Amino acid sequence: MIQTDILIIGAGPTGLFAVFEAGLLKLRCHLIDALPQAGGQCAEIYPKKPIYDIPAYPSILAGELVDRLMEQAAPFDPGFTLGERADAVEKDDEGQFIVTTNKGTRHRAPIIAIAGGLGSFEPRKPPVPNLAHFEDRGVEYIIKDPQFYAGKKVVISGGGDSALDWAIFLSDGVAKEVTLIHRRTEFRGHLDSVQKVMDLAAKGKLRLMTNAEVVEVRGEDHLTGLVCKSKDEGMVELATDHWVPLFGLSPKLGPIADWNLNIEKNAIEVDTFDYSTNVPGIYAIGDINTYPGKLKLILCGFHEATLMVQSAFKRIYPEKNLVLKYTTVNGVNGF
Amino acid sequence: MDGMIKVTVIDREGVAHELDGPTDMGMNMMELCKSAELPVEGTCGGMAMCASCHMYVESETDLPEKSGDEEDMLDEAFFVEDNSRLGCQLHLSEALDGLVVRLAPVG
Repeated sequence: MIQTDILIIGAGPTGLFAVFEAGLLKLRCHLIDALPQAGGQCAEIYPKKPIYDIPAYPSILAGELVDRLMEQAAPFDPGFTLGERADAVEKDDEGQFIVTTNKGTRHRAPIIAIAGGLGSFEPRKPPVPNLAHFEDRGVEYIIKDPQFYAGKKVVISGGGDSALDWAIFLSDGVAKEVTLIHRRTEFRGHLDSVQKVMDLAAKGKLRLMTNAEVVEVRGEDHLTGLVCKSKDEGMVELATDHWVPLFGLSPKLGPIADWNLNIEKNAIEVDTFDYSTNVPGIYAIGDINTYPGKLKLILCGFHEATLMVQSAFKRIYPEKNLVLKYTTVNGVNGF
Repeated sequence: MDGMIKVTVIDREGVAHELDGPTDMGMNMMELCKSAELPVEGTCGGMAMCASCHMYVESETDLPEKSGDEEDMLDEAFFVEDNSRLGCQLHLSEALDGLVVRLAPVG
């Protein structure tokens, strides 16, 4: 069990800055994030995009902002549980929260700060009827172990690098049969990957279906086939053991929606006094919260994180008085 | 009115909303829909990175070509048709006057 003072859900800019502000009050933090790296949207979606509204930075790349926030938080030695989604919350006998991830990692803290941004990034699932029935029964959204497909018939959908790369890899003697289905004729992946796919298709090592999309999944207990709508060939039936739709990631509020928090339009309602939610001890900061006048800006997330840790301190140490200390006077004393 | 255009947005229930769009505020169709409280998420904020502002163009309006980014994002979206566009990439200008769009279903 991982014990900390403030358990932060979401390692984006707001969560990372909360580590710094909490550290100034001698509170330790641990962060959970569904993505395999810290930085949230800034790292996952737009690391190379400049941001122009961070005070004192006329322009800073989103990825660089994350690097600097990590550097700023480093003296306070935050812990990270990355690549895991916070799924369940409960309270123990001592009134502390226990948060368990989808992989079973358990965390214990008196305070939870949800800094989940848009939610956790999950694979975009195509709107095909009955798809959920075949999840892990022939339909996978991520290829974890390519050997899983050894000797199998596999259909991959998508036009980006992951679809191209896996089609190339699996058709090189791993899978029995590989079909790549893409909605357009142009691919957005790297040119050399596109060329390789074209070459493999010309040699008959891979079946390439462009201008086509999967519209139906078939099978009983396990996937046995797909129906594909092709602009050129009409409806095409394909026998397959696996279908791997690779359409990127999109954020979902996810299990947090079931934590008995007041939610309005996919955001958590908070009191702007300290960004507390309706559940005592649980706060929500950054893009995931809502209140009258809310602006989804990194700048506002920083402010919210700063006020949140003051309130968290008072909850943890009700007997102690808190005095605002300036870093210019006291410096930064890490753990 | 000067600096204003009229566009029509048909929501997912089939209701047509006539909106006045200012051409001098750097706005796009996603933002215009949001400001009118129509159900458009605009999750990524307008970077052509989420497709939550996916809409179909139903008028003959002469629109600027899709950028590579927009094409790429539509690749990962669903219910895509030949007239699919991302609202965030349609910047309000005189050229869009009379535009009619229909919001795409959400997957």
